[in-house]
Formats: sequence, structure tokens, C-alpha cells
Amino acid sequence: MSSNPGLYVHVPFCKTKCPYCDFYSITDLSLMDAWLKALKHEAAIYRDEFSAFDSLYLGGGTPSLLSYQQMETLKDILRTHFDFTPDVEITIEVNPDDMTREKLKFLESMGVNRISIGVQSFNDEVLTFLKRRHTASVAEKAIDLIRLCGFSNFGIDLMYGIPGQTEDCWLETLRCALAFQPAHLSCYQFTLEERTPYGRLKAEGKLHPAGECEEKRFFLSTSDFLKSKGFIHYEVSNFAKTQKRESRHNKKYWQHIPYLGLGPAAHSFKNGMRWWNHRSVERYCQALTAGEKPVEASETLSPEQLRLERLFLGFRTKGGVPLDDVSGNPKYDSTLSRLKQSRHVTVRKNRIIPTQKGYLIADRLPLMFFD
Amino acid sequence: MKQIRNFSIIAHIDHGKSTLADRLIQYAHLVDDRQFRDQILDTMDIERERGITIKSQTVNLPYTSKDGNEFELNLIDTPGHVDFSYEVSRALASCEGVLLLVDASQGVEAQTLANLYAAMENNLVIIPVINKIDLPSADIDRVKDEIEHELGLDAESALLCSAKEGTGIEDIFEAIVERIPPPSGNTENPLTALIFDAQYDSFRGTIVSCRVFDGVVHPGDTIRLMAMGSTHKVEEVGIFRLKMEPEKELSAGEVGYIIASIKTVSDTRIGDTITLDTNPAARLLPGFKEVKPVVFSSIYPIASDDYHSLADALEKYKLNDAALVYQKDSSAALGHGFRCGFLGLLHLEIVQERLEREFDQSIIMTSPSVQYRFLLSDGSTVIIDNPTYYPDPTEIEKSYEPYIRASIMIPERYVGLVIKLCMDRRGVNSHLNYPTAGRVEIAFDMPLAEVIFDFYDKLKSITQGYGSFDYEIIDYRESDLSKLDILVNGEKVDALSTIVHRDRARERAVNACEKLRDEIPRQQFKIAIQGAIGGKIISRSTITPFRKDVTAKCYGGDISRKRKLLEKQKKGKKRMKIVGSVEIPQSAFMAVLKTDNE
Ligand SMILES: Nc1nc2c(ncn2[C@@H]2O[C@H](COP(=O)(O)OP(=O)(O)O)[C@@H](O)[C@H]2O)c(=O)[nH]1
Ligand code: SF4
Ligand SMILES: [Mg+2]
Repeated sequence: MSSNPGLYVHVPFCKTKCPYCDFYSITDLSLMDAWLKALKHEAAIYRDEFSAFDSLYLGGGTPSLLSYQQMETLKDILRTHFDFTPDVEITIEVNPDDMTREKLKFLESMGVNRISIGVQSFNDEVLTFLKRRHTASVAEKAIDLIRLCGFSNFGIDLMYGIPGQTEDCWLETLRCALAFQPAHLSCYQFTLEERTPYGRLKAEGKLHPAGECEEKRFFLSTSDFLKSKGFIHYEVSNFAKTQKRESRHNKKYWQHIPYLGLGPAAHSFKNGMRWWNHRSVERYCQALTAGEKPVEASETLSPEQLRLERLFLGFRTKGGVPLDDVSGNPKYDSTLSRLKQSRHVTVRKNRIIPTQKGYLIADRLPLMFFD
Repeated sequence: MKQIRNFSIIAHIDHGKSTLADRLIQYAHLVDDRQFRDQILDTMDIERERGITIKSQTVNLPYTSKDGNEFELNLIDTPGHVDFSYEVSRALASCEGVLLLVDASQGVEAQTLANLYAAMENNLVIIPVINKIDLPSADIDRVKDEIEHELGLDAESALLCSAKEGTGIEDIFEAIVERIPPPSGNTENPLTALIFDAQYDSFRGTIVSCRVFDGVVHPGDTIRLMAMGSTHKVEEVGIFRLKMEPEKELSAGEVGYIIASIKTVSDTRIGDTITLDTNPAARLLPGFKEVKPVVFSSIYPIASDDYHSLADALEKYKLNDAALVYQKDSSAALGHGFRCGFLGLLHLEIVQERLEREFDQSIIMTSPSVQYRFLLSDGSTVIIDNPTYYPDPTEIEKSYEPYIRASIMIPERYVGLVIKLCMDRRGVNSHLNYPTAGRVEIAFDMPLAEVIFDFYDKLKSITQGYGSFDYEIIDYRESDLSKLDILVNGEKVDALSTIVHRDRARERAVNACEKLRDEIPRQQFKIAIQGAIGGKIISRSTITPFRKDVTAKCYGGDISRKRKLLEKQKKGKKRMKIVGSVEIPQSAFMAVLKTDNE
């Protein structure tokens, strides 16, 4: 397993804002150049602080909104300030509505070797509810283009448990996705996040989240179905065709491997310390123009906190949790044997591995190993 | 010779006792206004939060009267709750007079009367004071009428004041020096001093608050606590002026403190008499009694490793609270702990809160119980306050439970509701009394077990806060009792057992199962809760397992957020006890007794 650090760049711009999304992004595209300029200053700050990155992830927001010119500039910034390993995984998140053959060719020439496309659904009614900018057929064409341009390492992002969506409708979307033979699938339970328009509708009682039983059904049928098609369920919401196709970058978040996040609202982690940037393009740019770090806050994790994170992150992934993290307390031993008996976990090679049943209640497992 | 007046303020709760005390203290300039804080005599956090006085405080107020004479007035604050009525009676025994405070808009209420009776028993001069006259809803004429007719006092002697605005304060001082007699007593007689409070200070040891009736006490004297029979060397005497001010001596008529080599507060008894070892008084001052606990509950540490730390904390706590009694206890479900006796439920809650806050203990308290008596077939009698030791039912000849006489004062419109409540709680032998138009005093004989838990809360809620409640324990009466056991996933949890009246058993069992279903958090497996009497299941409920609990996304920013959430849950978990494989929160142990069926 590689322990090279990962680099994340947050592109906080979208053409329109989807009402369920709580990623930080704005629709005022006139700030893109200022953002890019500030990013250069930020990169300079961290210049010698990280060894060679073996993953680069352009996330957002909508990174596919970047113009060729902006892409080139970004590439120069990253090239001049940081080192990358020869086999670096370079992922970009794209939206179906701005995929063209030309753009894809350009991305390829920039060194991008992994594409993650935010499709969410292949059902037009669902897409309308989500207020996405694309239709199912736009998404299909976009994926065709991706394949045509020779990207075999691409993943499709989908969402299930959307109000009004039946299980059949969801499985149909999954089938559509599989027809494109993606290397990777992310299937997220639709969540009504507090600080979003849909979250507010929920608070007002106008939108109802799926019930626990329903969520459970969706989760299990997704997992069962994809596993039957040969996918590895390597994280609660993530599936890969082969081990090699698991997201190298995202795994760093889950394994406490250092990562540097550039851009507004981006998070970084190194030596037990985590810090995060201002959640505002203006404040981010202001800080950097003033020669300051754009950091909003930071925390240094105590050994206890690190253990808690290892547990809750571990129980979400097929890598699981080191047995060492729960040893030395007879109470934990009996908790563990109960969880083994109830088939929520198994133990292999000194690690506690969550089962599918364990994934289902992954958020409940960590505290069982705390007094 | 000092001119002294000893007095107390008595009132129904919220009629303004603490506020008036604040004004008197400010008037006497004991602290400058900048350092003053409201409710200055209520020093414990819990007192300030709940707005009640738990420990008596005393303050010595210098006062120069209008005609130029100098006085020292001792204000003895009294605890304000039925649980502490004995302490109140000893504080009153240390005074010659009281200010009887009545809220100008609420008028006379149950505790006004109860307190008045206590003052009368001690032959005190009573100065009625009508407070809160600034309120728009103040009805002075009506209140005067109540003072005249309900209390039988001369309404014309009533003073008017607003403790909030500080009006009428000087008249109160004048009335105190004019109407309340100076203490009698003789410095030549052998020392008698009444202990009305004791506190523990980690630097000074036990600080005894007392009223000297006869004789004189100095540092260096050897005193004898007459009821306890112990002797101690006096280190310091003095008076309270918000802080302790040492004096050369305390003599007949004075109120102050004595610090002697007394190790813990429990080496003293409130109501005991202090005399000199070399020249002892012939007898104790009248009225001494040992206070007896009426409510019992066990305290367990949440983590069994913390047993010793809990033992330590109780020992330290006990230094400051002589009324708490405890002994070792153990439970199959909860391990080692302590069985404790309390003066009442408020006392129990205070002990629980202080152990948690001041001593940092994570504890579980089991459902409170009263003390039952059983006559067994071999002719012996056993007294039981812990359901765990419930006798073998086949050997019980007769069962008895303690009864109280409840006295409830309410506006007439609530009579029907309150009578129903009392009857539901097995009340008998009711008496209605109409002291004035529109007001009813209801008396009922009720089992203590029916009132210790949420009776008072219930009463307050059905009377929209207008009901007041006081009680005294009268006797033991025969009763048909049985033990209700609770099984969690088939396992009997002894700490959840309660002793119930047979007629109420099913209702209680159903209620307990429902309450536990609400209190015990869902877990990854199904939890069955059953109520059983003598092995027969009479009620049940089920807690469904959680089906799914996992957040969809967990990347950069989600990680800190998620961890903080878990850390919060982790704190909540500190208040859970794992029984078998089920996490039972602290609140569940109390909830089994709660009876709201709405
Ligand atoms: N309007 C008004 N409110 C008062 C007066 N005296 C006390 N209060 C208020 O009545 C409430 C109870 O007063 P407090 O002194 O705590 O009563 P205690 O329970 O008898 O000690 C508090 O909110 C006081 O601010 C007064 O003279 N006028
Ligand atoms: S879901 Fe994607 S496109 Fe929609 S607002 Fe969020 S980041 Fe932008
Ligand atoms: Mg008060």
C-alpha cells in the first residue's frame, strides 16, 4: 500500500446550484481567475511540505467548467510547486453537460487518467427532481464519449433513496450504468443535508427522507446486485471492478494518509493535524492576497481521537480496523465476539473487517469499542 | 452589652425571601454594590439554578435604628422544601421572631401556613410583610384579608415592601428592633448552644452554626456535644458577615459559628446542644430528634472500576451532609455500590447532582423505594427498603407500608382534579377545608410510595402551578404488596425491581415496560422488555433494532464533523450502564416509577 500523500484541488464553481448539494461552490463564475491566482499563492505556501504526490484529485464544484487556459495555468501551478510520482492517479470530476470530445482529448493531453462523472440517475424524472442540468440521454452520450476517447478508468456517481424513487427505478439506473462497463461506481444514499434548500424543506416538513427500512433495502439490493456483477464493495458507498480501480485518492482520507487540499473549504491532513480553508472564495482570496494562509481552523488529534477516527473510518471500508485498536480491554473482547457472532464483522489477518451487515450500521460500531 | 435581634424570613416559595435577604444585606453595607450578586445567600450552584435554599445560611447585620441605637441583627435563612422541615424547625428555634413574607398578588399559600405554624410552635413574634407591592396585580386588601382570616394575624401590623425595588426596607428594620424581643439568657449559666447547621470546609474542618442560649464560649474551651457525647477543643468562634469573622467569644443571645476539632459533619447532629465539658448544662435544649431517611435508592458507578472513587466521593460528600446515610450494597446487574437513605426525593436529586458535578462521578441511581415492613410466618418482622431483599412471598404473613398525611392547598376550581389524583394514588380519609372563599385545603392519607416520585410535579401541572403540597409521615398500614421484576432480553435486572401494591401491579408493569422502551436506546439487535411478578410475565414491550445507520459520504470535511458527532454520543454513553449486552441509560432506572399515562 502506498503512503505517498494525495493532492486535492477544490474548484468551487458550478453553473447552477443543485438543491440537495452541500459541497461548497458558487455560481459567480467571474471569480474563477481570482481563485486561480490565489491558488498559486497557496501552492507556494506548501511547496516543500509534502513528498511526491501519487494522486491528484480535481473536485468541486464542477472542475469540468475550467477553460483550457485555466486548466493549463492550474497544471503549471501544480507542476512548478509539487512533485508527483510517475504513476500518479489524476482524477477529475466532470458533469455530463460539459463533456465534448475536444474537452476529453484536452484532459487526456493534460495527463488526466481517471474520470468521475456525476450522473446521479438515468431517469429523467429523478433528474428533474434533483434539478440537474442534464438528462439521461445527455449523460449516456457523455459516457460514450469518455469511452470513445480511451478512458477505461472512469467511474459513475449515482444516488439512490430519492423521494418518489422505487427500488425498481433505482435498479434500472444501476443496470444502465453497468451497460457502460465502468471501472468504478459511487452509490450514495440521498441525504437531506441541513444547509441546503432541500434540507430546509425537510425541516419544514415538506420533504420526507426515506425511512430506515427503505434505506436498508436500497443499500442491500445495491450491494447484492453490484457484487453479483463482480464489483468489490470496498467502501460503504463505493464499488470497484477490480482492486486496482479503487480510488487511490479517496482511500487516503480513510486511512489517515497525508493529503493536501488546495482551494476554498478544502481540508488537509498531516502528522495528526487537520486544517481546513475558508468556506468562501472571497475570504480565501483575501487571505492569500494579504499573504496569509487561507486556513479557517485546525485541530491536532489526540491519540484517542485518532483511534476514534481509525475506527469509524475503518468500519466503513473493507480494509477494516486493526485488531490492536480494540485489544487490551476484556469488554471489547466480548463486544467483538458478539459482533462476530451476529455477523457484523469478521476477523482476518489481525484486522476487523465489516461485513455487508456491518456496513449497514457502520456508524454504530466505533463507540462499542469506547468506554 | 450588644443589642441583638435574631430572626428568620419565612415564606412560600417564590414569594421573595432571597430577594428580601439581598436587600437587607445591601442596606447593612456588608459588601459594596459592585461585588453584590443576586440571591447572595444561596451559594451552591444547585441552589441558584433551582432557586431554592438547601443549606441554611446566617448573616449578621449591623443596624443603627432611627433613634440612634446600635443593633446586631442575625438573619437565619431556612431551607425551603418539605424534605428539610426539621432543619427549618431548628433554625426557627434559634430565633425570637420571623418576617412572614406574603406575595401581594399570590396571597397566602400552603407553605405560608405551614411555616407560620412552625414559627408559632417556637413562640416567635411574627411580623407579616406583604412583598411585591410593585406588581400591577398586587391586591393588598385581599392579602390583608387573608392575613387576618387565614393566618389569624393582625393585618394592620403588616408591613408593605417591594424587595425588588427596595422600598419599605427601613420600616422592616425598625419593626425588627421594635417588635422582636431581645434574646433572654444569662452569660453566668452553663453554656447551652443549639446547632442548627453544620458545613464542612476542607481547610477549616466542620463549621458549626449555632445559637447560644446561655453562657459563653471561647477559643480554647472544651465543648461537649450533648446528644453525641463527644468532646472537642474550640479553635475559633465568630460571626458570619458573608465571610467568617472571628470573635473573642460567643455569648448568650448570639448567633455565630464554632470551629472545633470536629472531623466530619456527621459527627454533629442538627438540633444537638453544645455545652462546656467542665461545666455542663443539666439537659439538652428541647426538640432534638434524629432525622430519619424516608426514601432509599442505590448508587452504582457506571464503570465498575470507579467503585473506590465513588466510595471516596460519598465519604467526602457526607462530610457536608449529615442527613445522607449509606452502606455498601451490591447488585447482580450493576455490581458494587451503595444503598443510600434520603430525606426525600429532592434530597436524593441534590445528592445525585452534587456527586456528578462537584465530585465528577458517573453514577446510576436505582428506582427510589420507601421502607416496607413484613410480618413473616415465623413471627419475626423485617424492614426492607431494597426490593432485592424482598422476602419469600410464601413466608409473608402481613405487609405494611408507610402512610403520610398530605396537605394540599389549591384554588377551588381544581378540587375535582386534585381529588381524582389523590384517589388514583390510593388516597383515603379525605378532608376538605375552606379557609377563605375560593381556596381549598385538602387533606388525604396516602401511601408515601405514591407521592415520592412524581406526585408533586403532577399536582403542580394539573393545578397550573397553583397547588402547594406538604406532608408528614403518620404511620404504617397494612397493604397488599408484591415485587415487580423487570427482565431485559430475558435477564432479570435486579436494579429495576420495585415493590408495588397488588392492585396497581399490572398498571405499573405496563407503564414500566413502556417507559423503558422509550428510555433504552435502540441497539443492533431486538430488545425484549418484560414485567413479571413471581415469575409470571404480566407486561411486555419490544425495542426494535436500528436497521441502518451509516452516513453516505465521508471525505475531507466530513471526517472532523463525523468525529465530533461521535464524541458527543460518546459523552452520552458515559451515562449508560451495560447490563448483559444492553446499554441502559441512567434515566431508565428512575423512569420505571414515572406514571404519566397521557
Ligand atoms: N415584582 C417583584 N418581584 C419580586 C419581588 N421580590 C422578589 N421578586 C421576584 O420573585 C421571584 C422569587 O423571588 P425569590 O427571592 O427567589 O423568592 P424565594 O423563593 O422566596 O427565595 C424572583 O423572580 C424575584 O425577582 C418584588 O418585590 N417585586
Ligand atoms: S451537485 Fe455538483 S454540480 Fe450540483 S451544485 Fe453540487 S457540486 Fe455543483
Ligand atoms: Mg430563595
